[in-house]
Amino acid sequence: MDTYLDRLGVYAARLVPQKEYLVPGHRACQGCAEVLALRLVAKVLGRNNIIASATGCMEIVSSPLPLTSWDVPWIHVAFENTAAVASGIEAGLKALMRKGRLPKQKITVMGMAGDGGTSDIGVQALSGAMERGHNFVYVCFDNEAYMNTGIQRSSATPFGASTTTSPAGKVVPGQTTWKKNMPEICAAHNIPYVATACPSYPFDLMEKVKKAADIEGPAYIHILSVCPTGWRLAPELAIHAGRLAVETGVFPLYEVERGKYKLSVDLPELRPVEEYLKIQGRFRHLTPELIDKIQQRVQEEYTKLKKKVQMTNEG
Amino acid sequence: MATRIGMEVSIAAAEAVKQANVDIIAAYPITPQTHIVEHLSELVNNGELDAEFVPVESEHSAMSVCSGSSAVGARTFTCTSSQGLALMSEIVYAVSSLRLPMLMILANRSLNSPLSIWNDHSDVMSIRDCGWIQLFVDNGQEVYDHVFIGFRVAEDRNVLTPFIINLDGFVLTHVIEPIEMLDQKVVDRYLPPYQPLYRLHPDHPVSMGCFGPPVLFTEAKKAQDEAMNKTMPYIIQGWQEFGDLTGRYYHPVETHETEEAKIIVVTQGSLGETASIAIDTMREEDEPVGLVKIRLWRPFPFEEFEEAVKGAELLVVMDRAISYGGPGGPLAGEIRSALYHQERHPRVVNFIIGLGGRDVAPDDFAQMVQQAKARPGEWYEIYGVRE
Repeated sequence: MDTYLDRLGVYAARLVPQKEYLVPGHRACQGCAEVLALRLVAKVLGRNNIIASATGCMEIVSSPLPLTSWDVPWIHVAFENTAAVASGIEAGLKALMRKGRLPKQKITVMGMAGDGGTSDIGVQALSGAMERGHNFVYVCFDNEAYMNTGIQRSSATPFGASTTTSPAGKVVPGQTTWKKNMPEICAAHNIPYVATACPSYPFDLMEKVKKAADIEGPAYIHILSVCPTGWRLAPELAIHAGRLAVETGVFPLYEVERGKYKLSVDLPELRPVEEYLKIQGRFRHLTPELIDKIQQRVQEEYTKLKKKVQMTNEG
Repeated sequence: MATRIGMEVSIAAAEAVKQANVDIIAAYPITPQTHIVEHLSELVNNGELDAEFVPVESEHSAMSVCSGSSAVGARTFTCTSSQGLALMSEIVYAVSSLRLPMLMILANRSLNSPLSIWNDHSDVMSIRDCGWIQLFVDNGQEVYDHVFIGFRVAEDRNVLTPFIINLDGFVLTHVIEPIEMLDQKVVDRYLPPYQPLYRLHPDHPVSMGCFGPPVLFTEAKKAQDEAMNKTMPYIIQGWQEFGDLTGRYYHPVETHETEEAKIIVVTQGSLGETASIAIDTMREEDEPVGLVKIRLWRPFPFEEFEEAVKGAELLVVMDRAISYGGPGGPLAGEIRSALYHQERHPRVVNFIIGLGGRDVAPDDFAQMVQQAKARPGEWYEIYGVRE
């Protein structure tokens, strides 16, 4: 498992930029893996970057007037329109540079939103922006629920999770639907780059962000961002939980580059999902039968993914 | 040299947007706005206008794209109608609070339901309080001229407020009128490229659209209200300088035959042109009638309006929208409150007319004036309903 560190290409720990663009002093909860992911993303994108942010945890923790955590240009307009705002930024810069009113330079445009702002209310704006082919990096910070409004379920909430709008009750055991597969929806738009990442694998995450920024056209990165508050998990277990999500196959790390699938961490054998589920309070009500059901689904999805890797790399 | 050409009003509006040298147009098709953006996309695709045309997937995204492009300092245009405005209205409020200048032409059309593609003012009245500068035009020349005036005022560093031109759908957008086009040199003199005060750029990072805790929110909103009220002199200056260049002067309220008028008809938009014909006829019959057209809707021209109706005993106010369960139409409500502080103010009678494209003829104005004269008190009525 740990051998993947040996395979590092461009990034080694000592080569990671020291400069922070999401500066200290933000108001995220203890153990928030999302803010860690965001910090790493901002680090990689660097100075020449403009960020459009959706309403959500990361907007709230980073921009309470009169303060800001941002050392790069940043804008928040609303909840569901991040990809459209980013489209406007990208198209505006393009026009101004072409017309000679701004000096020509490479400026990365990043749209960032949570799972609700991406897979639920923001999916239309995102689909439109990807279809139009804007050159931008869209990052979804997926903590699997509407966390800053009080842990309500989203379409990215996994089956069986107890949230305040999918509570584990006497009749219904939490979330009754399977997590919406947002990376696949994006890949179906035939954009040049789609990837999944997790801050528990920081170098992998940073490599993917770098690649996304360098690729011309829309790029989408789906980042599993462990939320100790919403997942009912001790803050010090956030990184561990992210690792388990990958090692159990619940959240496989992979890339889809110009249609070709590639597993970033190829696991010959998956750990039992129970190891991942049992450390989280949101799953504590699950019966062995339900855990089996989840195990089966995870295995099926993982097999499907491996087949895609095989198919798209043949010949 | 200025040239006078017969053309469809929508095309004239699009030609003005081209002459304003916009950088970005984002739009979604909706009747009766379509001819404006169709012509603009042609101009872009034929290389006659160097701009990005962003064909978005909804009006909500149109306004969102505009917020992003204005934030990086691009001259930004969009155009919508009716349901489209309703869909984008969330972001309409956001861009004015963010102080992002841009121009929107609103081809006025009724809102559902029943479905109607025809003209009234229920769309714009739904965003009355959105914090944009809003005005109404009467004809094609006025919309052409106000594209330049709108950008000039909105982008003024003392204003930095988005701008809406209300243009009646079909009865104006789709008619052919003589338009006096400006020489490009005149346009360039009047409307230099946009120089933003703040822009999203890595050289000077700023955060826009932060979240406002209770301790600061009210102050932010007071600042916005004050800023809106302070736009008036810059709007007037924009009109004055435009008039000096072209000979066409505009005012917050426009008057026709109001000298010694005891009765004043009040209108917004293209209704004013029809009303003025009716007024002329009534004047010939020695009826002391005048006409006041409210050009500027936000900020509301309180002083200019009071001055214009001074001496009148009866105001007959025409609304093209209903405030359901309210005191009548939105314009009449506004006018009553504008006059409330006066010890003796004219009686206000309110007619709601021309909904969903119902035609309004000069004779209708004469009838409404007679009805208002005959019946005492202040009231409102939906005119011409078949019972």
